[in-house]
Amino acid sequence: MTRFITSSFSHLILLIGILIMVVPVWMIFASSTHTSSMINMNGLQMFLGDSFYENYLRVLLYQGGFFKEITALKMFFNSFIMATGVAILSVVTSLMAAYALVYYRIKYATLLFWIIFITILVPLELRIFPTYSVMAELNLVNSYFGLIVPISASAIATLFFRQFYKTVPDELLESAKLDGANTWRFFVDFLIPLSKTMIVAMLIFMFVFGYNQYLWPLLVTTSEQYWTVVMGLKMMSGSIVHRFAFVMMSMVPPILIIIVLQKYFIKGVFQDK
Amino acid sequence: MSFLDLKNVTKIYPNGTKAVHETSLSVDEGEFMVFVGPSGCGKSTLLRMVAGLEDITEGDINLDGKLINEIDPSERDVAMVFQNYALYPHMNVYNNLAYGLKNRGIDKETIEQKVNDAAKLLQISDYLQRKPSMLSGGQRQRVAMGRAIVRNPKIFLFDEPLSNLDAKLRIQMRLEIKKLQQKVGVTSIFVTHDQVEAMTLADRLAVINNGIIEQLGTPIEIYDNPKSLFVAGFIGSPQMNFLDGNIKNKTLSAEGFEIKDIDSDFEGEVKLGIRPEHLSQRENSLINLKVDLVEQLGSDNLVYGRLKDKKDFCYRCPGNLTIEKGADLSLNIENNKYYIFDKSTGKRVN
Repeated sequence: MTRFITSSFSHLILLIGILIMVVPVWMIFASSTHTSSMINMNGLQMFLGDSFYENYLRVLLYQGGFFKEITALKMFFNSFIMATGVAILSVVTSLMAAYALVYYRIKYATLLFWIIFITILVPLELRIFPTYSVMAELNLVNSYFGLIVPISASAIATLFFRQFYKTVPDELLESAKLDGANTWRFFVDFLIPLSKTMIVAMLIFMFVFGYNQYLWPLLVTTSEQYWTVVMGLKMMSGSIVHRFAFVMMSMVPPILIIIVLQKYFIKGVFQDK
Repeated sequence: MSFLDLKNVTKIYPNGTKAVHETSLSVDEGEFMVFVGPSGCGKSTLLRMVAGLEDITEGDINLDGKLINEIDPSERDVAMVFQNYALYPHMNVYNNLAYGLKNRGIDKETIEQKVNDAAKLLQISDYLQRKPSMLSGGQRQRVAMGRAIVRNPKIFLFDEPLSNLDAKLRIQMRLEIKKLQQKVGVTSIFVTHDQVEAMTLADRLAVINNGIIEQLGTPIEIYDNPKSLFVAGFIGSPQMNFLDGNIKNKTLSAEGFEIKDIDSDFEGEVKLGIRPEHLSQRENSLINLKVDLVEQLGSDNLVYGRLKDKKDFCYRCPGNLTIEKGADLSLNIENNKYYIFDKSTGKRVN
């Protein structure tokens, strides 16, 4: 009986926590399905209205920005390109960096790794001017390349892959060598399949990281053509319901990615074999 | 020149440890050679140098008439079975076997044929689609063997492949390895620290200690005629009994007894070695044993006791003899089968 009480008590606390997180989101969603005059007169709504399609379609296709050059649809496209680019590029670079650090006979490999790792302490904001000037010199301002490359080296992902490679038994490499696998084949035929779940986890992680970027895209793009969703959240003008609708839609891609790939995500981050 | 030839092979690790000292050895085609020795004696290092997984510091290794010192492991045409099998965890059994063949650019039908043949030989045809994690220890062992066989290599290298199995399976796999090797007829080197495994498997045996081959020969030669104290103590179970002694004028005086007219000109401090199975009970014999403990194995009894000055001593007798704890036994050395070693160098002197 006491057990029932304690467990219902902890469930109650969890439920309250969930409500605190979910209710604001729900209110925005519910409000975004009403007309703007309704919201202006009666405040935020808890129940669904009937302007869902009207509002969301208008937001997707509305020409926004100062020069009316960009629609929400285009912003989603830009964000998708940027997030995917960051995810793929950072996973590829850190896979390879970790492979070199663990399997090649590099002098001071551990020291090199820690130097890479220390970059976690140097956020993008700290190096934003030199990074910008490099991009400007290379003529990469206002391009997808400029959006993606400067944030595509991940020390965290390198750490994860390195620690994983270190747990791969040496006999596997030796056995593969005797079976005629060269360094490249060992990487492709063994390490990549073995770290599959971790790769997916890192892809999700870096996708969300890329999607959430605000300051860097703001700096490196002057043309509205390259606006991303997160920038748009601030830049979008229009009535309150349309902004709500845009906020709601901006949450969809990361959530979708996590729902689809969560099986891998949990396995990859908390690997228990 | 024989099939595999090691000439003055030496291994020194970068930190200065000398793992293998100027070792020379030749293995004939089709021969089953076993390296046996305590852990850390350099036997695995020697094997790994043949495989190409360790660099050779000095010396030459020739395989099938070709110097292989600088040849990449994948080009040496050797197959190795590892202690923990090193199966590829993400591939099913079929691909585990086929991987080496695929890398050699062999066409699909031939690969399928070869894999199926090897699987049939090892009775693993039913598990070809399974992942290694779904197999038992014995089955994994077979897959590891299959991976070696399927490539049809010049030489098989086994690095303590049985040490992860339980006692019963170990004996069974030991038999299977021997049968298989005889059937396939491939030259093999098998590394183990278990002297029973070494004795049962080997055509020839190399007893290795501290990076040196102490003795090389057939199992029976080594058992009957150990050349050093180390080999005498390492080969044989239970271990040979050693007693301190002294030789003067062809008379050996050991602890509590004397042996006259020995076949040696050596004089000075020695160790006398007597195998437990070379003793028998007879009235008024040389050795008087006070029994402390009897281990009954069924077929044999192992009798442990003390000589006069409290030295541990073992005597092996047939299981049908009943011997009580505390009894006094009088033991004779059968056919004068005893071994005398120089105490300072460990070399055999009789």
